[in-house]
Amino acid sequence: MGDVNSTNLKVLNFDALIVGGGGSGMRASLELAKSGLNTAVISKVFPTRSHTVSAQGGITCAIQSADPNDDWRWHMYDTVKGSDYIGDQDAIEYMCSEGPKAVFELEHMGLPFSRTENGRIYQRPFGGQSKDFGKGGQAARTCAAADRTGHALLHTLYQNNVKEGTNFLNEWFAVDLVTNANNAVCGVIAFSIESGEIAFLRAQATVLATGGAGRIYASTTNALINTGDGLGMALRAGFPAQDMEMWQFHPTGIYGAGSLVTEGCRGEGGYLVNSEGERFMERYAPTAKDLAGRDVVARSMVLEIIEGRGCGENKDHVFLKLDHLGKDVLDAKLPGICELSKTFAHVDPVYEPIPVVPTCHYMMGGTPTNIHGQAFSQSNGEDQVVQGLFSVGEAACVSVHGANRLGGNSLLDLVVFGRAAGKFIHEDIQSGGGCDDPSSEDIDRALTRFNKLNDSASGYEVAEVKRELQEVMQNYFGVFRRGEFMEKGVQSLNEIREKINNLHLKDKSNSFNTNRVEALELQNLFEVAEATAISALERPESRGAHARDDFPERDDENWLCHSLYNPIQKSLGKRGVNFKPSQVEAFPPKIRTY
Amino acid sequence: MQLEINIYRFNAETDAFPYMQTFNFAKPERDIMVLELLNLLKEQDPTISYRRSCREGVCGSDGMNINGKNGLACITPLSQVLKGNKLDLRPLPGLPVIRDLVVDMEEFYAQYEKIKPFLQNDSTPPEIERLQSPEDRDKLDGLYECILCACCSTSCPSFWWNPDKFVGPAALLQAYRFIADTRDSRTEERLEALSDPFSVYRCHGIMNCVSVCPKGLNPNKAIGNIKSMLLKDSTKAVEPIRVIEQA
Ligand SMILES: Cc1cc2nc3c(=O)[nH]c(=O)nc-3n(C[C@H](O)[C@H](O)[C@H](O)COP(=O)(O)OP(=O)(O)OC[C@H]3O[C@@H](n4cnc5c(N)ncnc54)[C@H](O)[C@@H]3O)c2cc1C
Ligand code: SF4
Ligand code: SF4
Ligand code: FES
Repeated sequence: MGDVNSTNLKVLNFDALIVGGGGSGMRASLELAKSGLNTAVISKVFPTRSHTVSAQGGITCAIQSADPNDDWRWHMYDTVKGSDYIGDQDAIEYMCSEGPKAVFELEHMGLPFSRTENGRIYQRPFGGQSKDFGKGGQAARTCAAADRTGHALLHTLYQNNVKEGTNFLNEWFAVDLVTNANNAVCGVIAFSIESGEIAFLRAQATVLATGGAGRIYASTTNALINTGDGLGMALRAGFPAQDMEMWQFHPTGIYGAGSLVTEGCRGEGGYLVNSEGERFMERYAPTAKDLAGRDVVARSMVLEIIEGRGCGENKDHVFLKLDHLGKDVLDAKLPGICELSKTFAHVDPVYEPIPVVPTCHYMMGGTPTNIHGQAFSQSNGEDQVVQGLFSVGEAACVSVHGANRLGGNSLLDLVVFGRAAGKFIHEDIQSGGGCDDPSSEDIDRALTRFNKLNDSASGYEVAEVKRELQEVMQNYFGVFRRGEFMEKGVQSLNEIREKINNLHLKDKSNSFNTNRVEALELQNLFEVAEATAISALERPESRGAHARDDFPERDDENWLCHSLYNPIQKSLGKRGVNFKPSQVEAFPPKIRTY
Repeated sequence: MQLEINIYRFNAETDAFPYMQTFNFAKPERDIMVLELLNLLKEQDPTISYRRSCREGVCGSDGMNINGKNGLACITPLSQVLKGNKLDLRPLPGLPVIRDLVVDMEEFYAQYEKIKPFLQNDSTPPEIERLQSPEDRDKLDGLYECILCACCSTSCPSFWWNPDKFVGPAALLQAYRFIADTRDSRTEERLEALSDPFSVYRCHGIMNCVSVCPKGLNPNKAIGNIKSMLLKDSTKAVEPIRVIEQA
């Protein structure tokens, strides 16, 4: 294939372009499909194959079913505390208070929630949930469709997009952002995976809803397609990323396979045991026990393993015990878990415990946005909206999760902010919002990466470089971190950078060329990994999921703030946390115990 | 032991005809999944094309024909499918091949869209959720879990012959999912749309769909339910049958 350039490139015009057909992207598109704007969703996989389909446990929201006195303010308190106080309180307030509306809408769209005896939506307890601002004991706030909530949610959203006639470009891959002279985003370069045809998708509003990037680690609960493409594109275009050191390690990834078993297992009464059969979380979190924050549970597990109380031949995992719940409960509440466990751990949880280990799960960081999904950059320490660029879902950092996400809060984040962004873009475009056309140089610049790969006659193997990258991240930027190790990690990444820039694309064909897709994905993974590494090294404290054994304390004096990674200078700055909710008093930072 | 893996290859840009390519591969010590095997082979030959996403049997990307039977590569362990040391991997049958193990699913999705796969309820929704009893919700179990992998429809001879007219097991399962949902108010209309000689009636109970579904779902049973509802519907005026039924 000869090089493509701005003169021979096909252009498709849209008002709004949503990159990503997961939960957040399809919630935004649903809003826009109803608006009459010329909207398209582009997704590298058929939408129902997006990673949201894997979400199991549920969507957390104070809908007052399990507890008629439940209060969104309690949910807000838990979320602020869970975030270790660097979640933005205006955004958290918005999510928790708007949440019920968004969840009821999903039910009206047909989401097959599990039900209580009185016909309402079933809610289960999840980690970090409390009543009465932490004083009233464990709450049950996670709305569930058995243990397949993500599947139910994603299919429901797809179905309703079909109903509204949303325009989908399925199996199209977004390569890079096109930015104009004012550094506004005017759309993306993308190609059809099926035919190889490449085009400039010109849009007045471009929404990155590309999900997480868990594949930067060797061991992850994330789908193979979670390669942080949106973030990679934004970083290459020079836009900052926020809180990239904050990666959640989920306590219960299946040992050896990485597949997740939901926190809902512990919500339903399961618990963790060490090699001595001890329920060790009682020691680390006397009140919440196994339902403490995920960061707390994951660290406790690693400590048990380090201190020699791990299970199995290599003493490198612990057990999740469920058998005491009985077959009936497991069949009704956790059928998907039983299936996964039999397939990937070769154990039937009705009789035997599941071997589990903390596994990379969720990216709290991302493109910084406000509650309308508008992306920010900074100049002279001031926030500045990036014209034309929006982000929602796991790719974005709005930030409701801060340094540690609570279970069930991501699905809520997707639908609340997907919806909000859709509404905002509708109004914005109607009132003349948009961005000026890019020049032909602007377009050609966005094509360079694609063309360079196609021109590569030799270079490094995609699979090899990927493995190398994932091992560096796994070894130096895992559950516990230390400066001197991370420095080594950053150095290794510098060496890998050279390989990333010189990958060899062996297969140059057009039709369904997955070699090309994987090479482009790997380059995105690298951008995300580098942002993670530098941010982790440069935050000298322990907060939420970021645990440093050389700086074990939280440092509110200096680091009660977001980190903002600048990809051009490869340096870390700070950005203030919002402590100004509008309907309640702000929750001040406290020592975080469970 | 050396495994002999035969993979269906076709790239319209370079191949006049599809062919089977043989890879010899040392049998891994651990019992890996077919998808993991493909990933390893792809490291040797990056031109092999297949779809995959979740690698845990929930996204429906990697339906393929594995030693003659449709299934998901990511949750099919080698031990379960090897015939001696041999493994044949082919694309799902009956749909046009785009490349290698990747098929064109347009027809399959078109049938899905045809059954109006979304809840329709003409009443104004309440402030909170619509109520539904656990018993009514249970009726959706075994239906809503479908992952649209197409393993069933592409194993169904009736679908091979009439992919444009016979709705096929996957979409019929979803048709019934909405019929069975007490929150949906368009049951009659949905049945009406399926009452022609092709949409449902081309199912001859061959049961391939049931035996291949990786999620353990039973499209045949759903089709049976639709058929008996259609029967009741069309005999509304025929008193005697109703009497017999009630007895
Ligand atoms: C196993 C598991 C279980 C989970 N369980 C829960 C839970 O119970 N509750 C909860 O709240 N959260 C849960 N989470 C987290 C939650 O599922 C995710 O954070 C969320 O689904 C992300 O949704 P999203 O819309 O941001 O992105 P995704 O669903 O990941 O979608 C990303 C979309 O972007 C598209 N895309 C990406 N790159 C490109 C590109 N280059 N070109 C074109 N398209 C592209 C993809 O095709 C896809 O459509 C879980 C996560 C995991 C891993
Ligand atoms: S039972 Fe019906 S739908 Fe299923 S394979 Fe047979 S003919 Fe096809
Ligand atoms: S019914 Fe089963 S085999 Fe058919 S598409 Fe759905 S999940 Fe796949
Ligand atoms: S990769 Fe998702 S079902 Fe196999």
